[in-house]
Amino acid sequence: MVNLNVNLGRLQLKNPVMTASGTFGYGTEYSDFIDLSRIGGIIVKGTTLRERQGNPYPRMAETPSGMLNAVGLQNKGVDYFIEHIYPTVKDFDTNIFVNVSGSTIEDYIITAEKLNYLEKIPGIELNISCPNVKEGGMAFGTSCLSAAQVVKEVRRVYKNELMVKLSPNVTDISEIALAVEAEGADSISLINTLLGMAIDAERRKPVLSTITGGLSGPAVKPVALRMVWQVARAVKIPVVGMGGIMNATDAIEFMLAGASAVQIGTANFIDPTVSISVLEGIEAYLKAHHLSSVYDIIGQLEV
Amino acid sequence: MKKFMLDLIVKKNEILNDQYFLLVLSSDMPLPEILPGQFVEVRVDNTPDTFLRRPISINFVDYQLNELWLLIQKVGNGTRKLSTLTVGDTLNVIIPLGNSFTLPDSKDSNIMLIGGGVGIAPLLYWGSYLHERGYKCNFLLGGRSENNLLQLCEFTKYGNVYTTTEDGSHGEKGFVTMHSVLRGSNFNDIYSCGPTPMMKAVASYAAENGVFCEVSLENTMACGFGACLCCVTDTTDGHLCVCTDGPVFNITKLKW
Repeated sequence: MVNLNVNLGRLQLKNPVMTASGTFGYGTEYSDFIDLSRIGGIIVKGTTLRERQGNPYPRMAETPSGMLNAVGLQNKGVDYFIEHIYPTVKDFDTNIFVNVSGSTIEDYIITAEKLNYLEKIPGIELNISCPNVKEGGMAFGTSCLSAAQVVKEVRRVYKNELMVKLSPNVTDISEIALAVEAEGADSISLINTLLGMAIDAERRKPVLSTITGGLSGPAVKPVALRMVWQVARAVKIPVVGMGGIMNATDAIEFMLAGASAVQIGTANFIDPTVSISVLEGIEAYLKAHHLSSVYDIIGQLEV
Repeated sequence: MKKFMLDLIVKKNEILNDQYFLLVLSSDMPLPEILPGQFVEVRVDNTPDTFLRRPISINFVDYQLNELWLLIQKVGNGTRKLSTLTVGDTLNVIIPLGNSFTLPDSKDSNIMLIGGGVGIAPLLYWGSYLHERGYKCNFLLGGRSENNLLQLCEFTKYGNVYTTTEDGSHGEKGFVTMHSVLRGSNFNDIYSCGPTPMMKAVASYAAENGVFCEVSLENTMACGFGACLCCVTDTTDGHLCVCTDGPVFNITKLKW
């Protein structure tokens, strides 16, 4: 029997496999394919204070070993979530995190505060890769100062697990990680998508309506692995790794690099049952290596 | 409807011409219930050039033979790879996806199904479904030339077939919306699938004549089951997913 429990600060997960925001809807989209109660956690899609229509079509481009997206946080807003979606997800026997996005610090604060009162939402994942509209549109997560500021303000009002999701589009990700840790983040998840672009040469036009978009899938895995390793060495709080995980081996690599848990993202689109095979694969790996706990691999990279 | 991820077996891969092929798939298990207008997401294996599944509309379902037909045009790396499948190969699909066409109000309805190019694919299953239930169908099928007119023998089983080609090699010369049958008759229900400019022209014709009209859209998708929100189309209700709110939309809902 192997112990798959992991600690994420204020929260214990039954296993280290979670599903990433924006790739798993509200979980219900996957209930025909898997038993949702088996996974360690579900990060439901990006939620903002007010409803957002998202970006115009086309929002997606397939790229070598990955995809670009420019969905633009389409969602019906936090009040709609609380009233209509929360009742349908609250009884899932797993940890439901709401991914919180905003374009001003006030938006983040109000949204987080509203979610603070939901009994069956044990945590939020703060998406700080959004543009800060009051500061010229630069993403909150690309400077230590604005990243720290938003985490500090949200921490003031949010009392449950506060996971902060970092943007990889920075020069030194460990500096940002240290800044959010200092302001009270309980855990850090990374990486969000890498800024990329696709061009249709025949039409001489960008593929995406927004010209640039977020790259995900195995194409980003080596970058993600490097950043998880850097951040895990820099901070003391638990790190949740993601970026191109397609199978259990990928997940184990992230854990060896220092991730206490992982999130499966883009792979869900291709195989809606992948989270379960990753979970079973981690368990099989531990057994095969005669290890009794996931902590026997977390951060155990030998260098 | 419950969705399944299944390994189907290739029973036949019929090359229709240099551009199109028909995959006849089967399974050891009975196929789930599939409605006309629905689609599958197929996984393209053993190629480094494709990452995501490919959404393919369901061309025909034969429950007696436990067969599912996919009519596919070779357009890129994914569909080219699928064209190389041979009898006995397996194809992993997620099925059934999307909504379906709406049955006409009355069995006496004068029904017209208008398709262009590979967009005729879902209309065959829809036509057979209507025919089986006692509705009388007409099909108006168009293509650039004779080579792009597919499965005409199949369509004639379920109703009158009219054709147009842009080069005049088959049927009337021109676009489907220029066909004389649209001037002569009063249709009550029109269903269409094909290139967007064609569907827009059909939608204008239907709107001008006050005819009920549904179109089946084809947007690029990452998942096919409502998780990624990539395939949206702009509607009177905001951005809706073509994969779950569609692919079939009433034209009054679309902001075209």
